[in-house]
Amino acid sequence: MKNAVGREIPDDILRALGKEPFQGNNYKNGVPFRRVAPIIHPVMDNQHSKLVKDIHEALVKCKAHSGMTVSFHHHFREGDLIVNMVMEEIHKMGLKNITLAATSLGKAHDPLVPMIEDGTITRIEASGVRGMIGRTISEGKLKGLAIMRSHGGRVRSLMTGETKVDIAFIGAPTSDDYGNLRGIGGKTNCGVLSYSHIDGDQAEYVVAITDCLVPFPNFPAHISMTKVDYVCVVDAIGIPEKIATGAAKPTTDQRKLMMAEYCTQVVVNTPYFKDGFSYQTGVGGASIASTISLTRIMEERGIKMGFGVGGLTKPMCDLLDRGMVRVLMDTQAFDLDTVSNVINPAHHRISAGAYANPFNKGAFVNKLDYVILASLEVDVHFNCNVVVGSDGVITGAQGGHPDTAQGAKCTIVICPLLQGRIPAICSEVTTVTTPGESVDVVVTDYGVAVNPNRHDLLEALRKADCVPLKTIEELRDIAYSITGEPDPVEFEDRVVGIIEARDGTIMDVVRQIKKCDPKE
Amino acid sequence: MNPNMKRLRRSMMFLNCQKPSLIKDPYVYAPDSIMLDLEDAVAEREKDAARYSLYHALQEIDYRGVERVVRINGLDTDLWKEDIRCSIAGGCDAVRIPKTETAKDVQLVEEAVLKAEKEFHVEPGRTLIMAALESARGVMNAFEICCASSRLFGIALSGGDYTKDLQTTISGTGVELMGARQHMIIAARAAGVQCFDTVFTDLNNMDGFRKDVETIHAMGFDGKSIINPRQIPIVHEIFTPKQKEIIFAEKVVREIDSKRAQGIGVFTVDGKMIDIAFYDGAKRILALARASGVYKGEL
Amino acid sequence: MDILKTAIAGTVESSDCLVTVEPGSGTIELDLDSSVMRQFGRQIRKVIFETLGRLDVSNVKITVVDKGALDCTIKARVECAVYRANEMKDNLPWGDVIV
Repeated sequence: MKNAVGREIPDDILRALGKEPFQGNNYKNGVPFRRVAPIIHPVMDNQHSKLVKDIHEALVKCKAHSGMTVSFHHHFREGDLIVNMVMEEIHKMGLKNITLAATSLGKAHDPLVPMIEDGTITRIEASGVRGMIGRTISEGKLKGLAIMRSHGGRVRSLMTGETKVDIAFIGAPTSDDYGNLRGIGGKTNCGVLSYSHIDGDQAEYVVAITDCLVPFPNFPAHISMTKVDYVCVVDAIGIPEKIATGAAKPTTDQRKLMMAEYCTQVVVNTPYFKDGFSYQTGVGGASIASTISLTRIMEERGIKMGFGVGGLTKPMCDLLDRGMVRVLMDTQAFDLDTVSNVINPAHHRISAGAYANPFNKGAFVNKLDYVILASLEVDVHFNCNVVVGSDGVITGAQGGHPDTAQGAKCTIVICPLLQGRIPAICSEVTTVTTPGESVDVVVTDYGVAVNPNRHDLLEALRKADCVPLKTIEELRDIAYSITGEPDPVEFEDRVVGIIEARDGTIMDVVRQIKKCDPKE
Repeated sequence: MNPNMKRLRRSMMFLNCQKPSLIKDPYVYAPDSIMLDLEDAVAEREKDAARYSLYHALQEIDYRGVERVVRINGLDTDLWKEDIRCSIAGGCDAVRIPKTETAKDVQLVEEAVLKAEKEFHVEPGRTLIMAALESARGVMNAFEICCASSRLFGIALSGGDYTKDLQTTISGTGVELMGARQHMIIAARAAGVQCFDTVFTDLNNMDGFRKDVETIHAMGFDGKSIINPRQIPIVHEIFTPKQKEIIFAEKVVREIDSKRAQGIGVFTVDGKMIDIAFYDGAKRILALARASGVYKGEL
Repeated sequence: MDILKTAIAGTVESSDCLVTVEPGSGTIELDLDSSVMRQFGRQIRKVIFETLGRLDVSNVKITVVDKGALDCTIKARVECAVYRANEMKDNLPWGDVIV
């Protein structure tokens, strides 16, 4: 059945998952549902100790079994050590058919590939997958499906019971012996524990893993002891330097600086740019550069930001330190400067649910004026693909992309026209992750395209004459005139992954990649 | 006269022909000219490789109106004649001669260019020439070089080799380049051709770069050779007339036109004393503003 | 043209390709590895064969490692390798078989 973004969703997939095809952004708006309540193992005995001597003991006490679902957060990003540590123990215990429900998986988790191949892990639920695991899934080696959800969508799926977590493992920079957890104060800090709040609420067992045990009470706790069953102390939970891989430093690449300048011009020449506006941006070189050039114009015009939200970076924290933004709402620290900025009283920690969950009574993303995003591909319908590479291999993550894109009044996607020979602006994205109805402006090095549904923005930018305006089709045509029109990537029939929309309907499917013979 | 003799050349960006990633779309940065380099940037054993890349880039890449100059190898090598054949066959807009010392050098290249134009059926005279002066002798001969060919649209200082020849080094203050710069701009203006400044290589010193560009702009140069696209916006900002200057120039031109009809020779505009001597300067500002895309008026 | 000896042109930098030609065994034997194989493999192969055709090369073992080069670069590298295999550098047929 074709869904609202024109993607064919196989009926057997819809049946097997009991899901509907995507029917537009607000399809589930106001539709009531009952939140699933977790099973709780109460602690009344004042002699009870939550400390376990190792991961193995934690697994045994939490009744680890084949077929269970385990969950993890990705606050340590490429510096994460927890997932591999726990999965190795599960593997040693000979458990099979595990569903790995991490908030995201990256190159740090390449060592899990053999566990996929031998049937230890048979299903993956994550925001997305980078590195070798992505390739392994695309090659069809995961027995079950990979379900890719946005950060907000993941919270929804735990609340509705669609994802039932048996054991949640929460890497905590500091914990006391009773499981009060904080993202700071230890030797391996990540600042916030936003992604794990929902796991604390919904999982049957919650195990805190820390490398820094502190005296009781570890307060104010980011995740409370009332939700934690066991505490396990290990040597190291993460490598902090790797939190910020590939980001941080301001770019000197003129192409990125140009796109950043276009982006800033779009922001300052659209009607939401006024005192108290709200803003989210990412970690790419152009996004960071545009935050810096935006700051200059805010100063010139005496405009201050009301709030900044999301994954945060140093330039956003600099705004806070200089009084240019009233508050920051933090779901993830993208660099160590942000981790240490968490102590600023106007730098607030929020849960992934408060940030982006479509199934609560209103999330922060709904209050966004601007969000600056990146994309692997954007097509002429303004659909974005941030999960599957143009070669058909899973290589990225939804993150908060669909959440913020729908929420923000003005969604700007920065995307160089070409990635090497690959046209990023194309006729049809390989896989839809964010629907075109959420995307308002696309900024490339060859010009800026405005979604024709946004006459208001187009008019404002035309009047300002501040950026080279093009239609999205013109951008696609320029790209194809340079590279030639790419052949469609060939897939097998088998579906290996699902791109879930925020509301749990199916946005697209990912199919197994066809083998490619170099001598053919 | 070739209509491109006097075209806008605020920024002339060097690109190594040996690097496909550099030559595939430099026009996104909107320099006025690119200088596709076969000379110093290309390793000795890749000289042949650079030509194939150059030829196909000239033939197949749409540089979207950016002028395509080729820097050929020096006349003291056995490479420059084939460089010219390749460049003309590819359809370049101009050839830059390195290490020019005499009018004879320009004429040698002019002959080879004409020969190649005939060989490859290019309209004779289509291809322009610019000369880089890289020695004390070249600078001393600036005027004869400027007058050497009707194809020669300008001269450029090449500061690295020039300062070596002077037995000094690039200091960053510009003091070692003062004489050459002053001499060359005078020679160029006397001969009615353009004059371009040398590169600024310290990319970490953008403030120093800005000062350098302000200096040569004030001296009367038409533009600057650049080595990184980051330098383009600064050059364009300094070389593009400001709105205030444009408005004033418009007033001057209109007033002189109308006062001349009334037989009045001297008058004031915005409190400044103006006479006919201001006319050409004001016209030039408007022409530069128009070419730079910031003036759409009718004057 | 014959391939008199092994010759190499290009690099494996982004947007470039590395072309190696060696004396063949009677036919054109192409070994292509490309970072954009799935989308552009067919077109790259076509450009290589057309370029060899213009140069009248029909007996060669040619290996191409492509890193997303545009067609103009692929042509340039193939031509360069073939002319190097013949030690030819001057008076090349620009605009004739090199087009």
